[in-house]
Amino acid sequence: MAVQKYGEQTVMALNGDEAVAWAVKQSNVDVVAAYPITPQTIIVERISEFVHNGEVDMEFIRVESEHSALSASWGASLAGARAFTATAANGLALMWEILYIVSSTRVPLVMAVVNRALSAPINIHNDHSDTMGARDSGWIQLYSEDAQEAYDNTIMAFKIAEEAMLPVMVTLDGFTISHTLQNVSVLPDEVVSNFVGERKIPRIKIPTIYGEKEVPFMLNPKYPITFGPLDLYDYYFEHKVQQNEAMKATPPIIEKVHKEYGEISGRSYEPVHMIPYKTEDADVVIIGLSSTMSVVRKVVDQLREEGKKVGAIRLRVFRPFPAEMLRKELSNFSTVGVLDRCISFGAEGGPLFLEIRSALYSSPSKPATVNYIYGLGGRELPPKLIAKAFNEILEVRAEPGTPIVKYLGVRE
Amino acid sequence: METVWRPNIKELARREMETRPVESGHRLCAGCGAGIVIRQIAMAARKPLVWLNATGCVEVATTIFPYSSWNIPWAHNAFENAAAVGSGVEAARNKLARVNRFSNDPDIDLDYDVVVVGGDGGTYDIGLQAISGAFERGHKLMYVLYDNEAYMNTGIQRSGGTPFGARTTTTPVGKVIKGKPLFKKPIVDIIVAHQIPYAATVSPAYWNDALIKFRKGLEADGPSFIHAFSTCPLGWGSNPEDTIKIMKLAVETCVFPLYEVVEGEYKLTGPSIAIAKNPAKKRPVEEYLKLQGRFRHMFKPGNEWMIEKFQEWVDKQWEMLLKKAGY
Repeated sequence: MAVQKYGEQTVMALNGDEAVAWAVKQSNVDVVAAYPITPQTIIVERISEFVHNGEVDMEFIRVESEHSALSASWGASLAGARAFTATAANGLALMWEILYIVSSTRVPLVMAVVNRALSAPINIHNDHSDTMGARDSGWIQLYSEDAQEAYDNTIMAFKIAEEAMLPVMVTLDGFTISHTLQNVSVLPDEVVSNFVGERKIPRIKIPTIYGEKEVPFMLNPKYPITFGPLDLYDYYFEHKVQQNEAMKATPPIIEKVHKEYGEISGRSYEPVHMIPYKTEDADVVIIGLSSTMSVVRKVVDQLREEGKKVGAIRLRVFRPFPAEMLRKELSNFSTVGVLDRCISFGAEGGPLFLEIRSALYSSPSKPATVNYIYGLGGRELPPKLIAKAFNEILEVRAEPGTPIVKYLGVRE
Repeated sequence: METVWRPNIKELARREMETRPVESGHRLCAGCGAGIVIRQIAMAARKPLVWLNATGCVEVATTIFPYSSWNIPWAHNAFENAAAVGSGVEAARNKLARVNRFSNDPDIDLDYDVVVVGGDGGTYDIGLQAISGAFERGHKLMYVLYDNEAYMNTGIQRSGGTPFGARTTTTPVGKVIKGKPLFKKPIVDIIVAHQIPYAATVSPAYWNDALIKFRKGLEADGPSFIHAFSTCPLGWGSNPEDTIKIMKLAVETCVFPLYEVVEGEYKLTGPSIAIAKNPAKKRPVEEYLKLQGRFRHMFKPGNEWMIEKFQEWVDKQWEMLLKKAGY
């Protein structure tokens, strides 16, 4: 009776930011520390309303900067709270120093990032240069296609973060998703509350004068722990390798949490790391992130009607990068088009392209790859341009020497 | 808050030996004032502490992995954000205690005071915004500034807390410009402008006065700020054995007067009261300056004006303080 099981959900008209705020409201979050920035502001406004109307029992620290937002969230989490923050673009850039400190101290924060272009010139609209700039900071990154997924990812992120003891970034596209109303299926409060539970404090073994003891991994006068010590060349390297191992161990956790979430919501986003569309018999595919991919799927449908064997793959988890899975998934196509909504100055392509091309280097069949950089600063990507890209990559094998990095939708 | 607490040094020393909040064997320099400050904070506390530290000498010298001097729960995040981290800890404690979150877990204690510690770089300069934010929001935490008057941890560079004339590696004594040409930022006045319940200055040499103020700070009904003077033999070019003497002279010359600001009201404390009542007790700044290599150039022929300028500044600050304190 699966239908009845999910039938208790309420369909609400929410934009992406509101969907995130609802997820936070339902996820037993103890402390939120955040600072307003377009297009994230609706998240902090809605959370403020929930707090001021007594609909939720959380401490909301209205900090004086994003740097302090992440710092205060870190302190709250170390003190035993489930903590959340949200930002965008320049706010994320201001947090950069603390991003690394959060992940390296294994503090399981969840942060929503409403993707927006980085200054200069200042621009409030969507691209992915903010979170792509944070790709090496040790955070798990989940990219959401729509408001529903932003809601679902935020709830799942708390479980993933606390199980992996690593922070999670949930992203959603600025304005396209953050400010666009959508029907969102919202789970009953108690269902989400039971799903995420209250924050459980992990135990770690520490040496004491009475021998080794398992103690709560938090700031706690009963068993004092020193967090954030000076760590020099004699240990730092090993700690970084351990951190990387922790990150590499997260895919099964991410998959497990999605499966569990599917059981309560009917939405498990399988196969979790990437979602293929009409790829079974495709010659070429376009792979990309977030809201653009819904348009790409429409174009796939149109081109299929013309008899063209095209498909699409939406990557949901960018960190940890599912290189092995992508190698398996992509090896059978003749050409892979990669959509990057971000520019990596001076590199041979955007960040997603570089990772995919690198993954495919050790694939025996080595599909051709073409990078399309698009949509910077909120520039639209109309279906006809996506169709143009598909038609180009259908020809790439036939035309050796085709440039591998192109701009889509720019005046040249 | 108790109106009068008379610290019993024997009892406090015994308790310190038993609980060892800050273990010996840390790598702070001989004669470092900050080492005294942190022990005094721990001695003054009645409740357990959770301690947040900005990047700086105390952090670097007490936590070299795999060792730690701290038998207090202690966390360091970065240089400029210790007050923000303290805000998060305080908010989390409030929420978790309110809902009795860990009441069934005998291994977790949520009944503690929050102390945030930073040096002059982390307070006057890079951390000022986070402190201002935390104080505006009213978090109940005690922020302690240990002021050794330069970026000592990175090798003696000038900060907003470096006094006039002092030689640092970024204000060298050159042929044209000799030492720092600017004066200290009035940090306590800046903090007091936030209208917090309690602020005070502390010279660890006057331990009785210091302990009372640390306790008042910890038990204030809201944010509190303690400006602790901290001799740095390495950076100041002073003899380690003169640390306490210099800390006393700073007060006796009115370079660093002792006072507290309770709900906006300035009150002198300790020897500063006696000097206010009897100005003859105020000693000339030369006595303080001459013990420190960082001021040595001021005693060379032709540089007398620097000592005069230093004295003028001290006199003016002292007069302003006397007015604020009702003298």
